[in-house]
Amino acid sequence: MALLEINNLKTYFFTRNGVVKSVDGIDFSIEKGEILGIVGESGAGKSITGFSILNLIDDPGKIVAGEIIFNGINLLTLSEEKLEKIRGNEISMVFQDPQTSLNPVISIGDQLIETILYHNKKVAKKDARKTCLDILKLVGMPAAEKRMGSYPHQLSGGMKQRVVIAMALLNNPKLLIADEPTTALDVTIQAQILYLMKKLSKDMNSSLILITHDIAVVSQLCDKIAVMYAGRIVEYGRKKDIIFNPMHPYTKGLVACLPKLNDENDRLYQIPGIMPSLLNLPEGCYFKNRCDYADEECNTYPEKKQIDKRILFCHKVKEN
Amino acid sequence: MKLFTNEAVIEFMEDKMAVSGLAVFILFIALALAPSLFTYQNPYDLTQLFLENSFQAPNTNFVLGTDEQGRDIYSAIIYGLRISLYVGLVSTFISVIIGFSAGLISGYYGGWVDTLIMRVADIQLSFPSILIALIIMALWGAGIGKIIIAITLVNWVYYARTARGVVLLEKEKDYTQSAQALGMRNLKIIFGEIMPNTTAPIIVIATVRIANAIILEATLSFLGLGVPITEPSLGSLISNGYQVLFSGYWWTSVFPGIVLMVLVVSINLVGDRMRDIMNPRLKR
Amino acid sequence: MAKYIFNRLFHSVLVMFTISFIVFFIMFKAGDPVELMLPIDATQQEVIEMKHALGLDQSFIIQYGKFLENVAQGNLGNSFRYGQPALDIVIERFPATLELSVLAMIFSIILGIPLGIISSLKPNSILSRVIMFFSLIGISVPVFWTGMILVLIFSVVFGVLPSSGRGEVFLFTSALTWDGIKHLIMPVITLSAFQLALILRLTRTGMMEVLLQDYIKLATAKGVPRRIIVYYHALKNTLIPLITVIGIQFGQLVAFTIITETIFAWPGTGKLIIDSIQNLDRPIVVAYLLCISVIFVAINFIVDVLYTFIDPRVRV
Ligand SMILES: Nc1ncnc2c1ncn2[C@@H]1O[C@H](COP(=O)(O)OP(=O)(O)OP(=O)(O)O)[C@@H](O)[C@H]1O
Ligand SMILES: [Mg+2]
Repeated sequence: MALLEINNLKTYFFTRNGVVKSVDGIDFSIEKGEILGIVGESGAGKSITGFSILNLIDDPGKIVAGEIIFNGINLLTLSEEKLEKIRGNEISMVFQDPQTSLNPVISIGDQLIETILYHNKKVAKKDARKTCLDILKLVGMPAAEKRMGSYPHQLSGGMKQRVVIAMALLNNPKLLIADEPTTALDVTIQAQILYLMKKLSKDMNSSLILITHDIAVVSQLCDKIAVMYAGRIVEYGRKKDIIFNPMHPYTKGLVACLPKLNDENDRLYQIPGIMPSLLNLPEGCYFKNRCDYADEECNTYPEKKQIDKRILFCHKVKEN
Repeated sequence: MKLFTNEAVIEFMEDKMAVSGLAVFILFIALALAPSLFTYQNPYDLTQLFLENSFQAPNTNFVLGTDEQGRDIYSAIIYGLRISLYVGLVSTFISVIIGFSAGLISGYYGGWVDTLIMRVADIQLSFPSILIALIIMALWGAGIGKIIIAITLVNWVYYARTARGVVLLEKEKDYTQSAQALGMRNLKIIFGEIMPNTTAPIIVIATVRIANAIILEATLSFLGLGVPITEPSLGSLISNGYQVLFSGYWWTSVFPGIVLMVLVVSINLVGDRMRDIMNPRLKR
Repeated sequence: MAKYIFNRLFHSVLVMFTISFIVFFIMFKAGDPVELMLPIDATQQEVIEMKHALGLDQSFIIQYGKFLENVAQGNLGNSFRYGQPALDIVIERFPATLELSVLAMIFSIILGIPLGIISSLKPNSILSRVIMFFSLIGISVPVFWTGMILVLIFSVVFGVLPSSGRGEVFLFTSALTWDGIKHLIMPVITLSAFQLALILRLTRTGMMEVLLQDYIKLATAKGVPRRIIVYYHALKNTLIPLITVIGIQFGQLVAFTIITETIFAWPGTGKLIIDSIQNLDRPIVVAYLLCISVIFVAINFIVDVLYTFIDPRVRV
């Protein structure tokens, strides 16, 4: 049984200007110990997918349909109290923006320690503190001891990011959702943190959902990849299939963006055009305006296709 | 955030309370513009008053009763409304002009001009406005013109601060810098570029301050330091009625008070709604 | 830290100086108290003698210099009216005024903050709407009218509460005797109606904004119970800026006792100052304004310093 299975998840925002279908009927699943990458460009609905799993959608948003089955239980049917026990304990999340994710008037130490204490009342505060320090050191926080008494404004962006990552790891979650966890770090440390997260998840046999716009990152770390575009998954499958043999024109474009080591002219490829606004989606396939292969057929949204272990939505790829 | 876009207007209209507030306010303005059309007595024309009508409880002839001199309270309220609105609107208008300019100058030029203006504002803000107005009125004596000046003196600070804040923000934005690069004259930048962006927040504050100015005027008049008895505002009507409250003539002060309250509530409803619209973070 | 406190202190003294000058200048220009004090048929000679006796025939600078010298010795001159030292008269009445102000502030805080929180949690519920309706009334109704209506209802119509005076005073306050409490109820409600509504509204807006922040979402994502998020994570962020407001508003409360005391014949400084303004009793007005200024400046100072302890972002 999969650790997490998402079926037909729909998260809509009911705004003044209309309904924004940020997540519009997506399916994926993740096994124990597996790493799933969700890629897509800005506004594709990646973060909202992550928040939906924890049922953290604020007004005017609402999860309007679907199932989120974690360990055999549909999280969407759970009461707020039961969810509180799962959040930060069995499933935790690293937020995209570390700058705004920490409470400005509570010390780093208190914000870390409470994460343990609210889930495990029996732990002594002293021991909780020790765990926090260990994990801070693990994520490479300089002068961890001293930082426990600091407030967020006294930390650099990179340090805050480490705090947020450490916070998510404290209770050894079965599933970690990491939303662009390394944006505030410089490149060398990015790789370091990412590999650390990979190592931890393998060591503890926990699962990781890595949300990013950077196909290079997922191509290195993940076992499975879901490509999102305008609120929907357009291609989903094993890493080796997606990276070495992309089929959806959008995925092809993303993979073409990957810098190739032996490529002489180092110009990076860019997919022309921009993603349509979620309030103003075109008839038919959402990608058709940017697609080289599009024709009349694409004026209807493509049916789901299964090719080997890959799921795909495109008229132009024919099942043999 | 703009206040006069179609979207903002639609959003405003969605709040029934705010719309009724606006409707009441407009109605009151209409009444105040031509009070004689809506009343059957000019309450300050002594030839129209008859002592035998004094202190009548509300009845079919005098819907809201009469006062000591036989003055119809309803008519007196309409005329008082006129004075209250006049003081509130005019004083706000003048304070906006003065405060707005002071704030623009302060924010735009910075330096010692800024320091001076903001110091004065700081000291003034740390002192309750009622006390400042009270002392000014005590020195000058009652009078509509004087009370307008007193209210202006305590209120200009709010607009100055807001205007300055917006100017400092706008200064950072590159369009102003590019305007400077193009060598536009300072005044032209202020009035052509910065002023349009300061208007919306100033209007919101001004709305709330109109309400405040009306309350301030009423309070001073209640203490006998506001408008003279010959031109009574709602505040002075309440004050007059208060003298005879204990004799049981409650209508002479209660009705003007209710009208004053409705007036201020309606203005605040409009102001609240505008502020909500301007604050995109609280949007639902 | 010591340097910061010293700086604030210096700033406070400067402000006091400015205020004293303005106050004196205004009163100097205010007109001639002598005419009011002597009978209408007083002779020219009597006027001159009186002026001389009160030191009013000297130039502005000399009068101000003398005034500062006297202030330094705690002497603000004798009341023109009562003949006693002005400062004594004012100070004697201050406890009654402060009692009203402090009680009104406490009342506003202990009701305003919880109601503000409640109305921020479910802004569209019936209860929130009711609370917001009353807070709108609260900020819209002039103090004097609240007082009058209360008197009309509870004293004139039902006759359950006394409409004037301070009642029985025990130690320094009337809040300790039943009679005193009955006398306090209406003045305190009258004085606090506006502040209560203001604090309520500020708490509500603050909470609503804070609850939308990422760090609240992260706290939820960590599994922190909702109750803790609201009353610790969010409330702490909301209350810190509120301290400044409460400080400034306390000054407003003291000023508004002028109206409350007039209505309820409360034997504090408010009634005294209105009478003294009308009689141009310069020493009393000056003494009152200086006392008030000291209170305001002291509050501002305390709030500033307190802030640096409470808000971790402004540690100095
Ligand atoms: N509160 C909201 N109200 C209305 N629309 C929203 C809201 N939050 C998100 N959206 C919309 O949902 C869509 C998906 O947002 P999401 O944050 O998931 O994007 P993303 O893929 O994470 O992008 P990025 O890479 O920039 O983080 C966006 O188009 C956004 O406009
Ligand atoms: Mg995102």
